[in-house]
Amino acid sequence: MRHFRLLLTRDLRLAVRRPGQTLLPIGFFAMVTALFPLALSPRLEELRAIAPGVLWVGALLAALLSLDHLLRDDAADGTLEQLVAGSESLLSLVLAKVAAHWLMTGLPLALLAPLLGAGLGVPVAAMPGVIMALVLGTVCLSLLGAAAAALTLGARRGGILLTLLTLPLAVPVVIFGARATKLTIEGGSAAGAFYLLAAVAVLTLTLAPLATAAVLRIAVE
Amino acid sequence: MPDSMSAFFAMGGYAQFVWPSYVVALGAIALTTLSALRVLRAALAEARRAVVDGSEDA
Amino acid sequence: MDFTWFHRLGSPPYIYRLSERLSPWFGWSAAILIAAGLYGGLVLAPPDYQQGDGFRIIYVHAPSAWLSLMVYSCMATAAAVGLIWRMKVAHAMAASCAGVGAAFTAVSLITGMLWGKPMWGTYWVWDPRLTAQLILLFLFFGYMALRASYDDTSRADRLSAWLAVIGMVNVPIVRFSVEWWNSLHQSPSVMKLARASMPASMLVPLLLMLAGFTVFFLAFLSVRLRAEVLRREKHSAWVREMVANA
Repeated sequence: MRHFRLLLTRDLRLAVRRPGQTLLPIGFFAMVTALFPLALSPRLEELRAIAPGVLWVGALLAALLSLDHLLRDDAADGTLEQLVAGSESLLSLVLAKVAAHWLMTGLPLALLAPLLGAGLGVPVAAMPGVIMALVLGTVCLSLLGAAAAALTLGARRGGILLTLLTLPLAVPVVIFGARATKLTIEGGSAAGAFYLLAAVAVLTLTLAPLATAAVLRIAVE
Repeated sequence: MPDSMSAFFAMGGYAQFVWPSYVVALGAIALTTLSALRVLRAALAEARRAVVDGSEDA
Repeated sequence: MDFTWFHRLGSPPYIYRLSERLSPWFGWSAAILIAAGLYGGLVLAPPDYQQGDGFRIIYVHAPSAWLSLMVYSCMATAAAVGLIWRMKVAHAMAASCAGVGAAFTAVSLITGMLWGKPMWGTYWVWDPRLTAQLILLFLFFGYMALRASYDDTSRADRLSAWLAVIGMVNVPIVRFSVEWWNSLHQSPSVMKLARASMPASMLVPLLLMLAGFTVFFLAFLSVRLRAEVLRREKHSAWVREMVANA
């Protein structure tokens, strides 16, 4: 646990020292969502219908954009090798990396969503649901993305490959998450979609870190 | 006979969907088979080269 | 229980000779089964009472879709065996599966679209099966791309094996999620013939084609696997001996 906290604070401190890199995905998310009204129509009724899709695809792309730095920066300067060799548990290393990534991209994206959602005609009453769905969804994206990042760590053209590997894995998250968001916005009962999204999140949280830790061991040896 | 043959090829008006499906599926079988045979031949040739190079080294 | 057969399967020369011996048997059985299935499906089977002769696409569509999932399961199982018991042959087997799996996933998509056009009036409908096949195709592409981007065979083997295993967990969840997603729009799937009891004249060709495609995969594997084993073992004594004697 101490190990986890040390690694987490280290990653967060590094992220704060590189504000450009940290804020890039969030700025990207904001710009993509703002472009839809410009490309489609300024009418809020029309935008409301596509708002869930816009928010979720935007969040997915923003998460993908930042995944490349999740392990690669530490691998490039040799820190990762030291961390893997020195860690008593690779699992806590993986969890710390994922937690830092989520705190720096997933959480800000979820908190920013109501602001951008307002521009897409999302009613105020739906905001807590929209945030909740994105919180659960981005946790999954960070976990799955970490597995893909570990798989592509030593690969040629790792960046594009990372995207190719993450997208099929993220399909259930996007389906359940966007559906939960849509039902919330329409004012219907979104409980079923939320339960499924939560189930996927729990499953991902249980299995993905184990796989990532095993992959990481192969990748840095 | 020619009548029944042309009826067979017409596939009750579905010819333009049925025949391409069969061509694609059987084509995939043929192509994957050929590629497997080609890869095996290449691997055998490579193994032979490895033996020749190895004996030159020795 | 006697597990020596399992250890023999881990031995590259044993596997090489076994697949060499089995190749012609698999190849000819597949050819006979598929030829019989084609004759039965195209000539003997009566037209469907709703879909006319268009339903005959099922004789290539269903076997391709079945094969794509079976190949993926084989690949993931071989990959898991390779990871657990560090068996080189299992990794070679997983590597042999990817290309043919992707090919038949693509065939099932194309034939599904060709079936969809006369039945739905459009080539693409977000039908849950078509959608799940599309995701499976991406998974195969990801696996092949990951393998291709590592020069070191041992590392490529183990990393791609993990991807195959992760994908194996993912495949049923994707299937469930697209079924669930689609059930909310109630677009009926025409890619199953609605009756529980198909007449034998329709069913037998389908079973022949399913068996034929499956045996074809075994025939393919018996050739492709030999190439993978050779590539990994080209400096070993048994390969030298075999090549020198040939």
